[in-house]
Amino acid sequence: MTIVLDDYSLLAIYSAMGIYTIAFVMFAIELAKRSARVPAIAVQTPAGQLASVKGVTATLESVDEIPPAPRYKFERIAFALVVLGWIIHVAAVVLRGVAQGFVPWANMFEFSLTSSAIVVGVFIVLQRWQDLKFLGVYVTGFALITLGVGTVNFYVPVKPLPPALDSYWLIIHVFVASLGTAFFAIGAGLSVVQLLQARREAGKKSLGLLKTLPDAVKLENLAYLVTVVGFVFWTFTLIAGSIWAERSWGRYWGWDTKEVWTFIIWVVYAGYLHARATRGWRGARSAWLAIIGFSAVMFNYTVVNLLFKGLHSYSGL
Amino acid sequence: MSRPSDHIDSPTPAPKSSGITQPTLGFAGYIRFFWRQLTSMRTALFLLLMLAIAAVPGSLVPQRSADPNGVVKYFKDNPELAPILDNIQAFDVYSSVWFSSIYLLLFLSLIGCVIPRTLHHLKALRTPPPKTPARLERLAGFTTVDSPEADAAAAIESARTLLRKSGYRVRMFDGPGLSVSAERGYLRETGNLVFHTALIGVLIAVGIGGSFAYTGQRVMVEGQPFVNTLSDYSTFKPGRFFDESMLTPFRMVLDDFSVTYERENFNAYGFPIDYTADVSIDAPGKGVSQGSIKVNQPLPVLGSDVFLLGNGYAPRITVTDGEGNVAFTDIVPFLPQDANLTSMGFIKAPDAKPAQIGMIGFFYPTAAQLPTGAMTSSFPDLRDPLLTLNVYTGDLGLDDGVPRSVYSLDTEDMTQVAGGDSATEAVRLRPGETANLPDGLGTVTFEDARPANSSAEAGYADSVLRFATLDITYDPSRGWVLGFALLAVGGLLTSLFVPRRRVWVKAVDREGGGIRLEYAGLARGEDPSLDAAIGDLAKRHAQQLEMKESQ
Repeated sequence: MTIVLDDYSLLAIYSAMGIYTIAFVMFAIELAKRSARVPAIAVQTPAGQLASVKGVTATLESVDEIPPAPRYKFERIAFALVVLGWIIHVAAVVLRGVAQGFVPWANMFEFSLTSSAIVVGVFIVLQRWQDLKFLGVYVTGFALITLGVGTVNFYVPVKPLPPALDSYWLIIHVFVASLGTAFFAIGAGLSVVQLLQARREAGKKSLGLLKTLPDAVKLENLAYLVTVVGFVFWTFTLIAGSIWAERSWGRYWGWDTKEVWTFIIWVVYAGYLHARATRGWRGARSAWLAIIGFSAVMFNYTVVNLLFKGLHSYSGL
Repeated sequence: MSRPSDHIDSPTPAPKSSGITQPTLGFAGYIRFFWRQLTSMRTALFLLLMLAIAAVPGSLVPQRSADPNGVVKYFKDNPELAPILDNIQAFDVYSSVWFSSIYLLLFLSLIGCVIPRTLHHLKALRTPPPKTPARLERLAGFTTVDSPEADAAAAIESARTLLRKSGYRVRMFDGPGLSVSAERGYLRETGNLVFHTALIGVLIAVGIGGSFAYTGQRVMVEGQPFVNTLSDYSTFKPGRFFDESMLTPFRMVLDDFSVTYERENFNAYGFPIDYTADVSIDAPGKGVSQGSIKVNQPLPVLGSDVFLLGNGYAPRITVTDGEGNVAFTDIVPFLPQDANLTSMGFIKAPDAKPAQIGMIGFFYPTAAQLPTGAMTSSFPDLRDPLLTLNVYTGDLGLDDGVPRSVYSLDTEDMTQVAGGDSATEAVRLRPGETANLPDGLGTVTFEDARPANSSAEAGYADSVLRFATLDITYDPSRGWVLGFALLAVGGLLTSLFVPRRRVWVKAVDREGGGIRLEYAGLARGEDPSLDAAIGDLAKRHAQQLEMKESQ
């Protein structure tokens, strides 16, 4: 039964990857088309003005007409595919969890599987707040690489939970860390676009599609809001990890390699938050900090897990 | 820390003018200058980034605090580089002078920032909202609603009530046009200050509490007792202010150490599923109590905690020397080398005659042979236990008083007489067997740990004792550290997600009767929803006015 469920889980992973690939291509086509087209559509929120009130029976109308949102057909289809792929992706996560009887984030393969699902999930949910579909290529690309490397290089069949991980802190600590990673990933994506956009606004040669994207300041604010949420989750990861370390190893902090890198990431993002309030550091410099921070997250997740010696090296390879 | 928008970081540097002599700063002037520099946001940011960079080397080079054996190995592997790195404290990064100075400067800068801001904030808390600006149209979210009939006083009064209900502090002004000035989100700055103060609290709790902490390890074999005194620990790490009287008196015996292995899932055959150490604790005045320790489940004993960190096999070995005297008999913990518990241990018999005997032993709980001919273990439990011994004779190097680890054997002044390249094969023993050593050195016995009358059906189960590495830790700081950490999270959440803003509603008389209601806001700190909030306020205000009208 276990093996059957695990096989279904793998099947679902491959299906999700197939759908993400199509979505990736369509997102890419859309961006290419936008580069070709040059309709300078300024995406601006109208300054809310209320007018034409008769008496106190206030009927509210905004004075500025909201320009009709441009319809990017490929992007819409691609996004629908992402949602479909994600549902199958989540099914893969659930099947793996049911197959082994505990949370599916106890080794490298499972981290890759679950954290990529969380990244895509956060990307989908954030659309309700703000249209960030222009990050579609980035997010689906990220999910594809993570799933691909995870499945090809790190796949391990279902194994029992090692005693070292047999704790409910596994559920909390690792899940929140993945959630934080997801927000950092999208924040870093926005920061990259912000840097490109700032280059364009400075009059340098740039991609045409940037004209269809929000301006650099708006991108910076979006990146900040997303990253700040990631920072809160990361702070929580640090504390939950310390509590678990205290329960498991008898000390809450011991400068284990993974602890060191979690700390470095926290400090870099703390620097990012401060940079926003420091003259001369807003804009490009703080964007670079967000990108460095996310690179450190990826480093922590790959190189530190695989090559560094430490107490976290039970990744089941 | 992000500052409120009315905070002035440091004045914009004046353009450098040449030829003008600067007035010289006195001593106090210099102190003030450095203090200003230290507490500026730019310095704080610089120190933060320095801290991140300074923490990196500690993950590249093994640290004495986390991996002392790694440091020893590093010295062995890089005999030239290691002393140089040691000089710059690369093996003790997190207690090094340079790392400490960065974080101490950072915290000094933090204190220098928190104190004036706390005073500033306390003042702000007592200050009523400021006067309504004369021109609102330049401010964020500026919205107007024309109303030919409404009465200005009633409209502003209703706005005042609305704002108060939404948690704003309000103040009425009658300048050119009646207005209400409102401010909210003082909690944002409070949270910010709580966050930063709590970080200082974490540092102090770690510093002071950690000085009274201790942690000690003890390798315990089944059946062996342990008494909580300094001499009974295998290794012991005391805090700065540790005193031996802090060790609570108790006696602990490892009654049983049991391991459950996976035997059904062939992808994980032999995978450990559970480790349990059953102990009895004898504390004066409290009698004997039983307890069990698992990997994620420490046992609290009189204020300290006992953790299970490692385990392995501990064969009992007896060496009889060439003259027929027992030169060595002891239970020897063998350190595991792989997942199937191929283990390595050392036996030293310095009193053996005619010559000292040293042995490097390998223990295989389930012996198997690799295609290369080398031995290995194919399962971690005792199915077919085998002990092989390489035997050396000569000088063990124990007589000159240099301390030697029990987990190594210096064979430099010794001759190998069995195993390896020597003429004789390595000694191979099963539990209960005895073998002769070459050259008339004596005999060696691998004692069977089972009672003599045990049944043969159980195979080799229990024929070799197990040991468990137990860690006894006392750390009075952890509750404090956790408390401050949670306080910091609370502060962080409020400082990031409570918007701080000012809002104004003004009624201006319109030419030709009626009034125009103006709404505007000012963000103080990050406030992405300000525009929406003003729009919402205008809408709700209009609804309220409408409701009043219809009553």
